[in-house]
Amino acid sequence: MADPTPVTSPWSTRPDQSTVATLLRLRPFVRPARRRLIASALAALAATCVGLTIPIVVARVVDGPVADHDTAALWPWAALLVALGASETFFFWARRALVARALPRVEESMRNTLYEHLQTRPVAFHDTWQSGQLLSRASRDLGELRSFLSFIAVFLFVNAATFLVGSVMLIVLHPLLGLVVTAVAVPIIAFSIVFERRYRVVTRRAQDQAGDVATVMEESVLGIRVLKAFGRHRAMDDRFRALVRELRATELHKARLVGIIWAFLIVVPEVAVAVAMLLGVGEVADGAMTTGELVAFFAIVMYLRWPVESFGWLLAASTDSAAAAARYFEVLDADGELPELARPIDPVRVTGALAFESVRFRFPETPPDAPDLLRGIDLAIRPGETIALVGPTGCGKTAMTSLVPRLYDVTGGRITLDGVDLRDLPVERLRRIVAVAFEEPVLFSMSVRENVLLGFPEGTDADVRRALAVAQAEFVDDLPWGLDTRVGEEGLDLSGGQRQRLALARAVVARPAVLVLDDPLSALDVHTESQVERALRNVLATTTALVVAHRPSTVQLADRVALLTDGRIQAVGTHEQLLQRSSAYRQLMAADSSRFRHTPDIERQPAKEAV
Amino acid sequence: MSDEPQTPGTAPRTPARPDDGRGDTDQVSWRGISARTGDGPAHDAAVREAEAEAAGNDDDGPDPGFGRARAGDARRLLRSMLAPYRGLLALTVCLAVVGQLAYLAGPLLIGLAIDEAVPDAIAGDNSTLILVAVAYVLCGFLTAGTEFAFQVTAGRVSQGFLRDLRGRIFTHAQQLSLDFHERYTSGRIVARATGDVDAVRELLDDGIDGLVGALLSFWFSLAFLFVLDVPLALLVASGLLPLALATWWYVRRSTDAVRRTRTTSAAMTTQYIETFNGIRAVQAYRREPRNARIFRTLNRRYTEANTETIVLFARFAPLLLLVGNLTLVATIAVGAFRVADSGLELGVLTAFALYIRRMYDPLDELALFLGTYQSAAAGLEKIAGLLAHEPAVADPVRPTPLPERSGKGRTITFARVRFGYQHGPTVLPCIDLEIPRGQTVALVGATGAGKSTVAKLLARFYDPVAGAVRLDGVDIRELTAHQLRGELTMITQESFLFSGSVADNIAIGRPDATRGQIEEVARALGAWDFIAALPDGFDTDVRKRGARLSAGQRQLVAFARALLADPAVLILDEATSSLDIPGERAVQRALATVLEGRTAVVIAHRLSTVEIADRVLVVDNGRIVEDGSPAELVANDADGRFGTLHRAWRDSLV
Repeated sequence: MADPTPVTSPWSTRPDQSTVATLLRLRPFVRPARRRLIASALAALAATCVGLTIPIVVARVVDGPVADHDTAALWPWAALLVALGASETFFFWARRALVARALPRVEESMRNTLYEHLQTRPVAFHDTWQSGQLLSRASRDLGELRSFLSFIAVFLFVNAATFLVGSVMLIVLHPLLGLVVTAVAVPIIAFSIVFERRYRVVTRRAQDQAGDVATVMEESVLGIRVLKAFGRHRAMDDRFRALVRELRATELHKARLVGIIWAFLIVVPEVAVAVAMLLGVGEVADGAMTTGELVAFFAIVMYLRWPVESFGWLLAASTDSAAAAARYFEVLDADGELPELARPIDPVRVTGALAFESVRFRFPETPPDAPDLLRGIDLAIRPGETIALVGPTGCGKTAMTSLVPRLYDVTGGRITLDGVDLRDLPVERLRRIVAVAFEEPVLFSMSVRENVLLGFPEGTDADVRRALAVAQAEFVDDLPWGLDTRVGEEGLDLSGGQRQRLALARAVVARPAVLVLDDPLSALDVHTESQVERALRNVLATTTALVVAHRPSTVQLADRVALLTDGRIQAVGTHEQLLQRSSAYRQLMAADSSRFRHTPDIERQPAKEAV
Repeated sequence: MSDEPQTPGTAPRTPARPDDGRGDTDQVSWRGISARTGDGPAHDAAVREAEAEAAGNDDDGPDPGFGRARAGDARRLLRSMLAPYRGLLALTVCLAVVGQLAYLAGPLLIGLAIDEAVPDAIAGDNSTLILVAVAYVLCGFLTAGTEFAFQVTAGRVSQGFLRDLRGRIFTHAQQLSLDFHERYTSGRIVARATGDVDAVRELLDDGIDGLVGALLSFWFSLAFLFVLDVPLALLVASGLLPLALATWWYVRRSTDAVRRTRTTSAAMTTQYIETFNGIRAVQAYRREPRNARIFRTLNRRYTEANTETIVLFARFAPLLLLVGNLTLVATIAVGAFRVADSGLELGVLTAFALYIRRMYDPLDELALFLGTYQSAAAGLEKIAGLLAHEPAVADPVRPTPLPERSGKGRTITFARVRFGYQHGPTVLPCIDLEIPRGQTVALVGATGAGKSTVAKLLARFYDPVAGAVRLDGVDIRELTAHQLRGELTMITQESFLFSGSVADNIAIGRPDATRGQIEEVARALGAWDFIAALPDGFDTDVRKRGARLSAGQRQLVAFARALLADPAVLILDEATSSLDIPGERAVQRALATVLEGRTAVVIAHRLSTVEIADRVLVVDNGRIVEDGSPAELVANDADGRFGTLHRAWRDSLV
C-alpha cells in the first residue's frame, strides 16, 4: 500500500501570501471585536508601564527613605506602591476581561461562516476534500487563531512597546548603559528571522506527518473488518509505527531548533547585562551614578528580559497562526458555487416531464485524455412515468441520477423539467421538486423523524408514518423510542436494509413530483423487497421517476426501461421488448443458466407484466 | 401526484413527543433519544440525557460505563508508559534544576555587585566586580546550555511517550474484537487516537516546560529568600495562603467548564463531520438552512462553554498578580524598617524585590498549565478506558497446529454452539452442524435469523457462549489469529478500500503477490475491464475511500482481494448484494472454479447465489430448520420455507 499523500486541492485560488497579508485577512471577522481588542492592547500596555514604574519606585524608596533610615517618609511611598500594584492588577484584568467574551464570538462567527460556506460548495468539492481535513480547519486552526488574537497579537504589540519604553527609560537613566543593553535587539531580531524560516519548514513537515498518522489510524479503524479478515493488522501496524517514528524524528528536530533559539535568547542579553554591570559599577565608583539608580537600572533590565526572550517564540507562534489562517482561507476561497440565474424561472405548476437532451458529463477531476462518462444522453420521461435505468457496472447510472438534483452540472447538452433547463430554475425549488434515494443510504445522528423529514422539516408525524409505510419501515415502532430514537453513528446501529428503507421513506415523504432512486432495494431480502415494491407502486403511479435497477425485480416497477451503455442510452422500451430486442439487455438481466436452473421439478413461471 | 407538495395541515402529534417545536433547533427535538437512555416517558429521557451532557457527564456516548476508565486506570497507564523513560526523566529534572539555579543566580550576583563590588570599586579594587561579572556571564551560558539540553531531553521523553501511546492505541484497537468495535464506534476510537492524544501532546509540548519552569522558579526563589533572610521570607511565604485559595477556587470552577467545553465540542464536531460526509443528501434535500441553524446553536453552546473557561481564567490570573504585588509592597515596607534599624542590608532588600517579581511572573504560565493539564488528564483517562478493555477474543497461550491442508479445504464443525451478544438475548440457541471439506453451503433465511452470526462465529469475530467451532477437528480458539486468517477469509457486504492504488487494495489479500497474479484474479472476476479503464489502470488511487468507484466495483475489488488470499475456507456474507447481474454472474463463474478445493459458506438473501451451493441450510430464529441440496428442498417440500422463498425469488426474476 502506498503511503497516504495529503490530497492537494485544485480549489485554492489564491497564491501564497506573506504572513502579514494572511493575518490581515482576519480583519472583517475581527471588526465586531476591534474596539475591545484595541482597548485590551492598551490595557496590556498600561499594565506593562505600571509594572515598569514599580521597580523605579522601589529604587526611589531604597535610595531615599530606606537609605536615610527615615521610616516616617516611607508611608506615602508604600501607599503609592500599593496603588501601582493594584492598578497593574486592574489593567492586567482589563486586558483579559475586555476580550474574554468578544474573541470566542469572533471564533464562533468564523466557524459559522466556514460551515455555511462549505455546505454550499458543490459535491465535486467535497469529493476532493476529506472531512477530517475540513474539520481541522474548524477546530484546531480556529482555536489557534483565537489564541493569536487574544494573546500573541497583543503581546507582539505589548512586548515591542515594553521594550521601547524600557529602552527609553534605560537610556534616560544612563545613555551608555542603556545603549549597551538595548543593542541586544539587533542580533536577536536577525537571529529570530533566520530561525523562524527554518522552524517553519520543520513545523510544516511535522503537521503533514501528523496528518498522515491520523489518516492511517482512521483507515485502520474503519477498515478493521478487512484487516482482521486478512490478518493484515501486523502490516498495518508496521506502517503505522514507521509513520509515528518519522513524526517523532521531526518533532525532535523541532525541539533542537527551539533549544537553540532559547539558548541564544538567554545568552545574548546576559552578556549585555554583564557588560552593563561592569560599566555601571564603574560609574557608581566614579560617582557618576547613585546606587539607587543602578538598582533601578537592573530592575528595569530584569523586567525587559521576558519581552526579549519571548520575541523568538512569538514570531514562531505568529508563523503558525498565519499558516492556520492560510488553511482557513484556502477553504473559504474555494469557489465553484452552483451557478444560479439572477432571475430564475419559477414555474407555478410542475407536471414532472423530465428530459435529457444530448447530455454529456465528466467528473471535474477526470484526466483530460479520458473520454466523457456520459456522451450524449437523450431520454424523455413523461409526467408520472417511471423509467428504469439499466446498465453495466460503472457506466454512469449513478452520475446520471446526480445530475437531476444538480449535485453536478452537465458538461454538455441540457436537462429540462417541463421544458425548462434545470439551470434556469431556482436550485432550492428544483431540489424541492426532485427527491433522491442514494445507492448508499446516509443516516445522520439524529432521530428517525428528523432523518425521514430531512428535506421536509414542516412534515407531520402522519407524513412520516405514511412514508415509513411505503418503505415498509415499520421496524421503527420496535425501536426503544419509536420515531424519537436516535440512529446513525452516534445512535442505534441499523442494518443495511433498514438504512435503505429509511432513505426510501425520506425520498417519498414530501410527495415529490420527481423521484430519483438509485438501486433502492438492493439490501432487502426477497420478502421485504416484494412488500416494498407493492407499496412503492402506488407512489410511482403518479410520480415521475428515474430508478436505477440492477435486477429484474426492480425493473418491474418501471413503465419503460432505458439501457445505458458506452455513455449513451442504447435502447428504450418495456422489459419484454428489450429482452427480445437487445442482447446487451439480455446479458444484463437474464440470470445465469446453471445446474440449478434446469432442475426439472421447477416450472418456469409466466413472465409478469411490467406495471 | 404530479404537483408540488402541499403544505401539510397540523396533524395530531403523538403524546410522547419530547418537544413540540420541531421548527426550532432545540436539541431534544431533532437529535432524538439515545437507545440506551433509561426508561420512563420519552420527554424525561431526552431531558435527562441532555442534562447529563450539559453537565459534561456523557463523554462516551450512548453506552455509559462502556469503555470507560476505572479509577486509577489513567494513573496506572501513565506509570507504565513513563517507566522506560525513568532515566531520561531524571536527567530532564536535573537539567531543569541546574538551569533554574543558574538563572536565579542572576539577581543574587547583581545584589552582590551592588553590595560588595560597588564599595570595593569605590575603594579602587575592581577584582570583586570582575569576578561577579565573569560569574554572571558563566551563569548565563550555563542557563542557556541547560535550556538547550532540557529542550532536547524533554523532547525525547515527550515524543517517545507520544510514539508509545499512539502505537499502543493503534495495536490495541487492532486487537480488540469486532464486537467491541461495533459498540464503541469507529468515530470514538479515532477521537481517542487523535483528539485525546493531541490533548496529551499539548500538555507535553507546552505544559510541562512551563510547569517545570514555573514550579522550580517559584520554590527556588522562595528557598533563596529563606537563605537570604528568614523573617522576610516568612512574610513572602504567607502569600501562599491566598494563592492556594485562589487556585482551589479556579480548579473547582473550571473543571466543570472544561468538561462542558469537551461535550459541546463533540456534539458540534459530529454535526460538522456528518454534514460533509453526507453532503449529497444534505444538498439534495435542501438541508442547508436547517443545518445552519442547528450548527449555529451547537456552535453557540460550545462558544458559551469556552467563554466560561476564558472568563474564569481572566479572573484567576489577575488574582495571582495581585497577591504578588501586595507581597512585594509588604516586604518593602517591613524591609525598609529593618534596614533603617540596620537589621538588614540594602542589597538583600533589593534582591528580595527582584525575586518576588520572579516568583510571581511565571505563575501565569502555571495557571495556563492547569487548563492544558485538565484536558490532557481527561484525554488520558479516556485513552486508559479504551486500553483497559481486554480483547474479548484472545490468542491461546499454546496454539494447536492444524493438520496438513488436504487440497480440498477443511471440515467445519459447529458442536452444540450457543451464542448471544454481551448483555443481549440468545441469538443462536444450539447449532449442531458439520460441513465436510470441499462442500459449498448456503445459509438462507430472513433478515435477523442469525445467518451472519453463524459466519461471524466461524470467522471468530466472536466466541460462542457454549459449545465449540472446529476446523478439521481443532477448536478455533486453540488457533492463533494468524493461523486462522491463513485458513479462512470472509467477504462481507461492505467493501472498505484503503487509500492507495487499486492494485494495493487487491494485494491486501496477499502482500507478496506479483502484479501478474493481481491482474489474473481481477480478470477471473470480470473486474479487469473496468480497472483497466480507470485513469491509471491498476495504479489508480482510489482516494477518499474509493468515492469514484461504484458500490459494485468496490465489491469486485473486495472479491479479488479475497481470492488472492487463497484460503481453505471462504465465507461470503451477502457479498454479492451490490453487484449487478453480469457482475454477479462473473463472480459466480469465477467461484465455480475458485471454490474447487475449498470449503465455502455462502450467505445470501438473493437465491441466485444459492445456485452454486451443494447444500442449503434454512435458518430461522437461530435454528437450522431445513437442510438439504437445493433441488431436494424444492422437490421434497415445495411449500417448505425454502420452496416458498425460491418461488418468490423465481417470480422476482422475470
